[in-house]
Amino acid sequence: MEVKAVIEQQQKKKNIFGKVDIRAYTMIGALIAIWIFFGMLNETFLSARNLSNLFTQMSVTAILAIGMVLVIVAGHIDLSVGSIVGLTGGIAAILSNWMGMPTSVVIVCTLLAGALVGFVQGWLVAYRAIPAFIVTLGGMMIFRGVLMGITKSTTIPIFDAQFVALGSAYFTNAFGIVLAVIAIVSLFVSTFRKRKSRQQYGFTISPLPIEIAKLLVISVLILLFVLTMNSYKGIPFPIIFVIALALIFSFIATKTTFGRHVYAIGGNVEAARLSGINIQRHTMMLFVFTGLLSAIAALVLTARLSSATISAGQMYELDAIAACVIGGTSLMGGSGTIIGAIIGAMVMTSLDNGMSLLGMETFWQYIVKGSILILAVWIDIASRKRKGN
Amino acid sequence: MPDPYFQHDTTGVKRMYALEMMNITKEFPGVKALDRVSFKVKKGEIHALCGENGAGKSTLMKVLSGLYPAGTYDGEIRIDGKSVSFRNIVDAEQAGIAIIHQELALVKEMTVGENIFLGREPHKFGVIQWDQLYYEAETWLKKVGLTISPRTKIHSLGIGQQQLVEIAKALAKQANILILDEPTAALTESEVEILMDILEQLRAQGVACIYISHKMPEVFRLADSITVLRDGKSIATLSRAETNEDEVVALMVGRELTERYPYVKKTPRHVVLEVKNYSVWHKEKPMKVNDGIHMTVRAGEIVGIAGLMGAGRTELAMSLFGAYEGKAEGEVWMEGKQVHIRSVKDAIRSGIALVTEDRKRLGLVLGMDVKTNTTLASLKNISRLQVINQNEELKWSQKYVDELKTKTASLETTVGTLSGGNQQKVVLAKWLMAKPKLLILDEPTRGIDVGAKYEIYHLMNQLAEEGVAIMMISSELPEILGMSDRIYVMREGRIVKELSHDEATQENIMMAATGGE
Repeated sequence: MEVKAVIEQQQKKKNIFGKVDIRAYTMIGALIAIWIFFGMLNETFLSARNLSNLFTQMSVTAILAIGMVLVIVAGHIDLSVGSIVGLTGGIAAILSNWMGMPTSVVIVCTLLAGALVGFVQGWLVAYRAIPAFIVTLGGMMIFRGVLMGITKSTTIPIFDAQFVALGSAYFTNAFGIVLAVIAIVSLFVSTFRKRKSRQQYGFTISPLPIEIAKLLVISVLILLFVLTMNSYKGIPFPIIFVIALALIFSFIATKTTFGRHVYAIGGNVEAARLSGINIQRHTMMLFVFTGLLSAIAALVLTARLSSATISAGQMYELDAIAACVIGGTSLMGGSGTIIGAIIGAMVMTSLDNGMSLLGMETFWQYIVKGSILILAVWIDIASRKRKGN
Repeated sequence: MPDPYFQHDTTGVKRMYALEMMNITKEFPGVKALDRVSFKVKKGEIHALCGENGAGKSTLMKVLSGLYPAGTYDGEIRIDGKSVSFRNIVDAEQAGIAIIHQELALVKEMTVGENIFLGREPHKFGVIQWDQLYYEAETWLKKVGLTISPRTKIHSLGIGQQQLVEIAKALAKQANILILDEPTAALTESEVEILMDILEQLRAQGVACIYISHKMPEVFRLADSITVLRDGKSIATLSRAETNEDEVVALMVGRELTERYPYVKKTPRHVVLEVKNYSVWHKEKPMKVNDGIHMTVRAGEIVGIAGLMGAGRTELAMSLFGAYEGKAEGEVWMEGKQVHIRSVKDAIRSGIALVTEDRKRLGLVLGMDVKTNTTLASLKNISRLQVINQNEELKWSQKYVDELKTKTASLETTVGTLSGGNQQKVVLAKWLMAKPKLLILDEPTRGIDVGAKYEIYHLMNQLAEEGVAIMMISSELPEILGMSDRIYVMREGRIVKELSHDEATQENIMMAATGGE
């Protein structure tokens, strides 16, 4: 009887909160706490201008973390993403500045370069069974070296205004509102379509008022975000990349057979193999994705800094891994979410940004970030253990 | 009920016991693995512990060796008359208990000598005395009849030699109580002889040996006493002189077989699987694990595959399913068409499904929920353009939960939290959803409770009725006898006998499996 009551209670909870697990809410709570903390210590932290900066800053880490989540879920790691960012950024700058290519050509070539690099690494990991740690550690050094070689260790400025806009432009206020309306309308439409379809299958659905309340809260958050951004310069261009990529990859992770297979591989590779899943092809694809996403991040970064340097992207792989881990991705593989990683990236960037605003010395910033990372995983492991018992 | 032990204990001298386990009860969630078990071993005695798989032998030995620490079970353990409680394996070892595991517990990358003294390396101020270690290792190796250098790495040894190293390791601990769990499963005949000699020497030295084995001839050759466990209870302790194989087997099985196995006479239809001259090579070594197999499985029949551990049954199943790494030769036909299965995907496409023997390691993604595990092998059927229709997913997984009566809180429950029987039902659901023509079941009821077993047997009958061809590999003879329409017996990679349901008996199967007369 008792067990049944608990189960019922859990199911009730589930209906209210929907499918996103409690862990995601805890992380959002932690993020809000960090914001309030910095907001109280420094009033500029929560200003529209600073929040706009913060979102722009986090975009590169967030894009890298999106790819990293899936690699870690599959039980691998990619240490080379920072160097791929540097290398593909360098390639983009060479194409744009030295060779005078138009922006569209630069984008296509850079993305191809990223995907190719990921393909080679993925092939070595998947088909030659070299541990991903080794392949990407080697890649990390090789790509940095290639970058130094092809740029002759110089900084290459970007003069193409169109290219620079990728990283530093803002949407006009009106366009921002239109985006918000589109987002909200599609949210409502998809939710109600889903409800209808579930009803047709005869499944229970959460009560309408709760569903509507949930939708309203999300809508208000979307509007709040757009209005805040508009009160400064508008929605920063890079954040749209992040949102679009997060939606696409969340979809891949949760709704497609590819995503499902990746989680199964990370959860139990033998069971996955014996269920007819092609482990090698999936593993290789994941590295193609991280390569591709690194190239996108490189475009954003190079455009934002309007130059490519040989140190661009250094240590970014660690930021991305930290973002995933803070966001609840298990390094053992099998579990982790894109949305969690984005929140993790936001936590990391908020700490950076907030501590800089407070004028904390760099050494303190490193110490605090490192401690937060360990703390986050500690809490996660402790709570899982409790749940296990 | 009186403690059955005393009915047969004539000596009555208490201090002669090296080991007394009294009223040991060990419960797992939902299962009573041991129920007031009493088990006593005298000094200088070889005491056989017999029972079917799942009778509680391994659990009892885990309690004794400290793997289940004191406090996780009820009852008392006495060694030389003194009550003891082990917190861990080290405590048990210090009390003079050594166990030789059924699964080899050696570090493959280390040398034989390092393994023999692992954790007990002779040292001076923390510096290992290598000369002493290898010198002593060599003497222990000689005792078990191995002439290899103690500096050989484990991975370069064969399975039988590894087993002997394992025995040497246990001997080197100079234990007073030695537990051997199916020690001869991987040994050749001459190696078995060596082991028998060693055990007889140990007996003369006053060591108490607990010998777990399914092989009755070995038990009757070696043991002084025999204790039978069944369903977690100690049924009887007998002196070898006063009993015979039939009595022990009867005590092990206990119930009427007909109660436990709902056999239905079936009429086999067309041939689904036909295997001709099929051989499978070992994945590493130049030897065949299956050699010249000819077999057929028809729609609507259950074909049992019997044999001892290492007979090549699992390798055959894995190879037919495209999941064995070694190369295969010969022909496989599915419903009259020759198929070339190179991957699991090919196998599924040809209509073959395999429920593997180790569901936790090979069958399930334990961290995932019931519905994702159910649909994992047939996502294609509920997806369009790679996008999963999550409503279809719920519908299908609910259907199988209902049909198989899987006890789960919801479809979103993590399978790792389910009981063994319900986990097995999820694995079955996964393969039923793939709509197989041939369903291969490898040890389908291992480690699950009686109720769930019965349900799985009924399901097998029902599937056969619906026209599925079923191939069941099992080490439990009663299960093979009770469920199969036809039985193939395998030994050393070959099919050595084919028996109909009516012809088959425990004896003629065992005879064929062991190669006896």
